[in-house]
Amino acid sequence: MARAAIELIGIDKRFGLVHANRDINLAIERGTIHGIIGENGAGKSTLMSILYGFYQADRGEIRVNGKKVAIIDPNAAIAAGIGMVHQHFMLVENFTVLENIMLGVEGAPLLSKGIAKVRATLRRLEEEYGLEVDPDALIEDLPLGLQQRVEILKALYRGADILILDEPTGVLTPAEADHLFRILRKLKEQGKTIVLITHKLREIKAVTDNVSVMRQGEIVATLKTKDASVEELAELMVGRRVLLRVDKGAAKPGEVKLAVENLTVRDNRGCVVVENVSFNVRAGEIVGIAGVAGNGQSELIEAIAGIRRAVSGKVTLDGRPVDVTGRANPAELRQRGLAHVPEDRHHMGLVLPFEESENAILGYHDDPRYLKGPFLDIEAIRADAQKKIAQYDIRPADARLKTANFSGGNQQKIVLAREIERDPSVLIVAQPTRGVDVGAIEFIHRRIIEMRDAGKAVLLVSVELDEIRSLSDRILVMFAGRIAGECGPEASEGEIGLLMAGVEKKAAAE
Amino acid sequence: MSQPFAKLPAWADYGLIPLVNLIVAFLVAGLVVLLVGENPLQAAVLMVKGAFGSGQGIGYTLYYATNFIFTGLCVAVAFHCGLFNIGGEGQAYLGGLGVSLVCLAVGNLLPWWLTFPLAILGAALAGALWALIPAWLQARRGSHIVITTIMFNFIAASLMVYLLVGVLKPAASQAPETAVFGPGGQLPQLGWLLQMFGLKVRSAPFNVSFLLALLSAFLVWVLIWRTRLGYEIRTLGLSPRAADYAGISQTKIIIITMMISGALAGMMALNPIMGAQHRMQLDFVSGAGFVGIAVALMGRSHPLGIVLAAILFGMLYQGGAEIAFDMPNISRDMIVIIQGLVILFAGALEHMFRPALQRLFGRIAGSALRAAPVTTGESH
Repeated sequence: MARAAIELIGIDKRFGLVHANRDINLAIERGTIHGIIGENGAGKSTLMSILYGFYQADRGEIRVNGKKVAIIDPNAAIAAGIGMVHQHFMLVENFTVLENIMLGVEGAPLLSKGIAKVRATLRRLEEEYGLEVDPDALIEDLPLGLQQRVEILKALYRGADILILDEPTGVLTPAEADHLFRILRKLKEQGKTIVLITHKLREIKAVTDNVSVMRQGEIVATLKTKDASVEELAELMVGRRVLLRVDKGAAKPGEVKLAVENLTVRDNRGCVVVENVSFNVRAGEIVGIAGVAGNGQSELIEAIAGIRRAVSGKVTLDGRPVDVTGRANPAELRQRGLAHVPEDRHHMGLVLPFEESENAILGYHDDPRYLKGPFLDIEAIRADAQKKIAQYDIRPADARLKTANFSGGNQQKIVLAREIERDPSVLIVAQPTRGVDVGAIEFIHRRIIEMRDAGKAVLLVSVELDEIRSLSDRILVMFAGRIAGECGPEASEGEIGLLMAGVEKKAAAE
Repeated sequence: MSQPFAKLPAWADYGLIPLVNLIVAFLVAGLVVLLVGENPLQAAVLMVKGAFGSGQGIGYTLYYATNFIFTGLCVAVAFHCGLFNIGGEGQAYLGGLGVSLVCLAVGNLLPWWLTFPLAILGAALAGALWALIPAWLQARRGSHIVITTIMFNFIAASLMVYLLVGVLKPAASQAPETAVFGPGGQLPQLGWLLQMFGLKVRSAPFNVSFLLALLSAFLVWVLIWRTRLGYEIRTLGLSPRAADYAGISQTKIIIITMMISGALAGMMALNPIMGAQHRMQLDFVSGAGFVGIAVALMGRSHPLGIVLAAILFGMLYQGGAEIAFDMPNISRDMIVIIQGLVILFAGALEHMFRPALQRLFGRIAGSALRAAPVTTGESH
């Protein structure tokens, strides 16, 4: 067996009552790609934060290349040859690539020497690994895939031998992800060690040599990737059998419930981010909007839901027009049967410091059944919340608990329960399973399909291509504010991927 | 794993932290007293005795506390909406105008219990209207409420000087103040309340507006936590995007909240004007609007906390005056320093000791868990 690049021995970490890491023992072989998978809250990020020096373990030791090291902060991690590419990039947007790479290691008060050194190193890294990027480009002008490359270069420039990537493909198109994997393989060939944290099982299968599965703070298995099937890994992650495909019958589309015509929307900075978008959603079908995050999906949904004023265009709900360019109001649309599960449940769908029952009426707090004159009918509100908690198996089953104390999956169930139990005629669901554990994903997907089967029109927006493909009856792909193409659920990932990257439909179809 | 620290239990959050802050503030204040060559222990005894040692002391303490309850509530209501209303001072000043106009008009015609409701209305209305313009500017134009309310304090001060010197002053008088109100414009004292406990009140201006302050505190609690409007205010304050999502009009809620806030500040004027001086004098607010900020911070924007914090600040005011009287080296300004320290530690540095306490609680909770052989298993 090759010598381990990293050994974690008996790592243990608690945050108050939460036991985030329990006695973790893990050896990562040098020159391999090692995947770490687990649900949200399984302790992956904590473990990597300990390795990178953000947290200190309560017990246990870390060995790098056989030597015991004390990683007290990220600088110590860098000194030990460990580099990290964060899920949310740590880049200065209005600096150039070169300036970002140099940040913190300028070398001298005057920059000229440092700049020359960075340029030389960048050229070398480009040759060795195929990591090309224009050193003088501003970060804000680069697509996310390239920004991520800058993060990798940053780590390599600092002499990283061991590279940790935290959920690296969340912001990438399938093609960009493939490119990333090629780079990772090249890095591996050059002797680097790579730790890949992800919850996407297919990525693990695609690129890793070994894989460790975490559950509830423990490593439950470490396997050779080629010996493990996706189903097996999923089961290890959740601790029980999971259905990865969603069972659903054929759609029986009825009349058009939601019609969008030539909708144009600007974002907060005044840029047009949705341009002339038209589509409709019929009763009894799920229309999925696929696309890389930031291609106008958020603004499109906000405009339809009355939260953001559209510049021009028409929206018709149940045959009656919605004044999207003027006075459309989320409260009024709710009354007309439009329910909306927003993508950002932390800031939009929920008020985290509220108790659960208070969130269970958000947006419906005008309903007379929750009121006694101007006063809230606290008892009715709590009883109603408790009923939904039972129906949606929300845990802990306490309507008076602060919402921030629920897990991501349970928070999402609170939102879903609120929106679905109103029996809307149109349901908009954005990123329904973002940050939600696998067990809850199954439940949420089933609910969405039940809504469809009950004859509701469902508009689904997701950056998870798998989710779009398994739930939708029709798929629209958004790119740069436009609908780049439409396809059926049977379309291949490659076909949709090309549309997501902005390649026109004609070119995409063979 | 976004919670690196254990959450504090409620009693520690609402009791222990303010207490620790207060103790540190007093320790530092003690050092200052030591520095000017007086005995800090003696000063502390003097302060507590001065504030609570006699019926008159208690009367004064509660009289000051009345002011601070109103201004503290004013700040707290705005806080719940995510607004920092620094304009309590000016709104209270204008409230005085409302009270005075009512009392001058009907003070000689109606009994106090008929004048009082009218004066409340006048005070609240004047305070609310003074808060309306900054509120509108914030809601419609995005002008920051902190800036506009500060500026409105200055405008209020100038306006009131003009009115008191030029318009409201009786012709023969030399002092910048209104005429003394008729008997209907004078609130009954609450001396009898303290006398029931065997205390002598003497000249302390402790009056009926204290009861109004307590009632207001209760009504604010009802408003914030038990009404639809309060729900909307809290939603907007905690998460503006969630308010948009829920279809709550930000403009409407900001304006209504600020007017309620201003009305509460305005009602503060009832206490010194109708309850004590029976006329409006220049500068009668004398900083109570600003103390309200510290009171609201210390009271965690909860009406009960505000009442307690207001009494504490009432004690500082009354007890502080006693120290200044008895200790030659300690001037009136020294008292301001001590009050400033309390504000600093209880308000501005409110969170200074929180991480340390959270670590401590985390450790205690952690070891308790380790001691118990029960595993948490699936339950989290």
